[in-house]
Amino acid sequence: MLGPLLAGIYGTILPAFGHLPAAGLTGPSLDAFRALFDWPGLPHAVTLSLTTGLTTTFIALFIVVGLVAGWSGTRSFRALERALSPLLSVPHAAAAFGLAFLIAPSGWIARAGSPWLTGWDRPPDVLILQDHWGLTMTAGLIIKEIPFLLLMTLAALGQADVVRARTVAAALGYGRVTGWLKCVFPRVYSQIRLPVYVVLAYGMSVVDVAVILGPNTPPPLSVQIVRWMSAPDFNARLLANAAAILQLALVIGALLVWRLGEGLVAMLGRRWIMAGTRSTCDPVIAAASVTLAATSALAIGGGLAVLAVWSFAGFWGFPDALPDAFSLQNWSRHASGLGDALGQTVLIAACVTLVSLALAIGCLEAEHRHGLRLTQRGMWLLYLPLIVPQTAFLPGLQTFLLNAGLDTGIAPVMLAHLVFVLPYVFLSLADPFRAWDRRTATVAAALGASPNRVLWAVRLPMLLRPVLTATAVGLSVSVGQYLPTLLIGGGRVSTLTTEAVALSSGGDRRAIATYALMQTAAALVPFALALGLPALAYRNRKGLQHG
Amino acid sequence: MRSLALLAALAATPALAQTDPSDWDAVAATAQGQTVYWNAWGGSTTTNDFIAWVGERVAEDYGVTLEHVKLTDTADAVTRVLSEKQAGTDTDGAIDLIWINGANFAAMKDADLLFGPYAEQLPNWQYVDVDGKTVQTDFTVPTDGYESPWAMAQVVFDYDSADMEPLGSMQDILAWSQANPGRFTYPQPPDFLGATFLKQVLVDLLDDASVLSEPATDDNYEQVTAPLWDYLDALTPTLWREGRAYPPTGTAMFPLIADGELDLSISFSPGAASAAIANNELPDTVRTFVLDKGTIGNASFVAIPYNSGSTEGAMVVANFLMSPEAQVRAQNPDVLGYGTVLDMEALSDEQRAAFDALDLGIATLSPAALGAVQAEPHPSWMTRIADDWAQRYGVAQ
Repeated sequence: MLGPLLAGIYGTILPAFGHLPAAGLTGPSLDAFRALFDWPGLPHAVTLSLTTGLTTTFIALFIVVGLVAGWSGTRSFRALERALSPLLSVPHAAAAFGLAFLIAPSGWIARAGSPWLTGWDRPPDVLILQDHWGLTMTAGLIIKEIPFLLLMTLAALGQADVVRARTVAAALGYGRVTGWLKCVFPRVYSQIRLPVYVVLAYGMSVVDVAVILGPNTPPPLSVQIVRWMSAPDFNARLLANAAAILQLALVIGALLVWRLGEGLVAMLGRRWIMAGTRSTCDPVIAAASVTLAATSALAIGGGLAVLAVWSFAGFWGFPDALPDAFSLQNWSRHASGLGDALGQTVLIAACVTLVSLALAIGCLEAEHRHGLRLTQRGMWLLYLPLIVPQTAFLPGLQTFLLNAGLDTGIAPVMLAHLVFVLPYVFLSLADPFRAWDRRTATVAAALGASPNRVLWAVRLPMLLRPVLTATAVGLSVSVGQYLPTLLIGGGRVSTLTTEAVALSSGGDRRAIATYALMQTAAALVPFALALGLPALAYRNRKGLQHG
Repeated sequence: MRSLALLAALAATPALAQTDPSDWDAVAATAQGQTVYWNAWGGSTTTNDFIAWVGERVAEDYGVTLEHVKLTDTADAVTRVLSEKQAGTDTDGAIDLIWINGANFAAMKDADLLFGPYAEQLPNWQYVDVDGKTVQTDFTVPTDGYESPWAMAQVVFDYDSADMEPLGSMQDILAWSQANPGRFTYPQPPDFLGATFLKQVLVDLLDDASVLSEPATDDNYEQVTAPLWDYLDALTPTLWREGRAYPPTGTAMFPLIADGELDLSISFSPGAASAAIANNELPDTVRTFVLDKGTIGNASFVAIPYNSGSTEGAMVVANFLMSPEAQVRAQNPDVLGYGTVLDMEALSDEQRAAFDALDLGIATLSPAALGAVQAEPHPSWMTRIADDWAQRYGVAQ
């Protein structure tokens, strides 16, 4: 999977240094970087990239840690977990649209309170969407990253011996949150470190959410890269590649800063642990984190609800809380376009997920049979495509594929999706696969089953639930891909995601709402199936029903 | 003359394998079964529906399959063809037809990225209003048959008649915006409508706009554009969101008008407001006006990249777009509300009757009320002004 990544970075570095033989340019030269540093928007674009990434990661991590520390094991925690998990699969673009329709000055919240509460008969002229510091964009990212980090943390808890640690801490008089932070967090963090890095890198380089919610005067660096990539003028292309290198450097720099921060926190934390203080702000942290997490779940849920209302809306002026009329006109109008885009989306997602599943199961089974074990370094390789910013290597990959004559069409797009889908499929399958009780295999072998028969007839059927979950994860990751589809597909491959983001520039809320809802459905339905099918398949296998 | 034609033919070598545009029967026969990838801006539902209808009609009549590749920015398509040329993809490129005009056309024509000339050989060219409409020049650049027109556009201002009266000049608009801050904005350049607004300001402010028909030079650029920047410095703080954010496109301003955030916006399609009212996107109190000195107008074209593998199919689509049938439908405000490129005199009585029967919609000005059409400035002005705008206002503090 490193092939496309390396090809892409290589294809980005050469033009960045002025080497583009096809255009009659041979480097090396620093002209592109000079032009980049002359761009007056650069300081702010770079600042935006850094602040969004770091703020998103910090706040999302804070909420998740506070939530797990203060509430895990309680009934409200299980309720929140159930509310948040499906939100993991809501595509970023759909969540961003929903948030925009909710909190804009003319959004649903303002409509609901006007004019009786606010006295507004026109929306207030305040800058909420596209705000200069990207705060709305950061909020949009945070609400989507909370479910991701939460599930990653829950997966890591299994190996952290939480119950005993908590009992001991409680016996020593530590409060719930303090005890968890002092005893469990260090063990858990070392396991969720890579997912945290993914969130950081993603937040710094995201394009679709930034296009929908982010500022434009100037935009974050990643959006400007995509703009330069698509300018008709050559020099802009070189500029885009130079900016992509800068983006890569920024992400690496931010990761280093974060790593140093980890060291600092560890040092201070050790001192804090040694000091033995029984902190008193436990209830505050617990209350704050649960409020924020519930708000974020409500924001996504409310966003999807307002999308649904818009998709059926007739004329809907401000400050009416609901449209004048509801109709199916909008859905019937977009039916054929939606159908085409859905077909493409499903075809790509299905093929990519199948291949990813085959590769992941193959790897894990080989690990099992030959007694191998993925090292920490191996984990890094797996995570690399998720950490390297998409804007840093996709432009180069596009040029590379073009030069190799492999461009356009659906196959290269699938290849590009595979780079992002495979790691997620592997990660969600690996733990349950390894946790499977090997003694079952020994029994089957003793009964004369070959290793392949054990895999197909015993292991995979028993692991149906995690396999289906991994499938759903793979499908939803593929459905949500924007930049790989846009750049590698050369515009010929249009999925629900690319169509929805393309519509965002037109501002037709009804059209945006229908596409965003369809996109959400394409990602959510597999999750529903992944939950429902095992119950059906295991209806006569009581021992597996909760496995 | 003959040797010139020969030279032209030699220069166009990649086109030799393609069917001669003037042999229409051969074009139509070869087009049968071809798939045409039409790259066109995809942000407007009404336009997308119209393109889908065109696809159905050319499939029926010519067996051509039309695929609409929805762009957020036409420049994407130009880049694509450029990258293909660099990579040596000289046949069967990804794009067969582009909705294009202005700087993008000038760039592609300059870089020999277009197939043609073909436009004036098409059968429906006979109906096109060559004298009355700017269909043979595109932002002052001669089209030379490398693109064929399909819609006329003219700047109009959409306003909510419940809140304001029509205004007559850019100075009036400034004065009104100062008195009603936050109620007007324009799309962020380099969006073409945003850039058009800047040109419209300049054209309206200058006593003599003829200097704009020549390329901008380093000598005259500063002095000619000075009134524009003075105007914008005064206008920007009174704009929607105080000019700290701009809508991405023209249609993105419709919901803002519907919500009452804006009372005034600019449009490049005289019929778009009526169409949007019919689609529930605008309140039915919206009307349009033009400035006393007239407003900028131009034509929308389609062009065929030099490396299209389906030039015949693309010509069939281009020809169909100029047909009276397609033009009537495009002008219908319930569908698109675009101005026609055809000459009413060249049509049969029956065809003309179809145009006369159209109800242009409550917000659409009659052709007479649209008044004088001002010429587009040379593209070099737009490029420099858009760049300068980005430096001055696009990276606001």
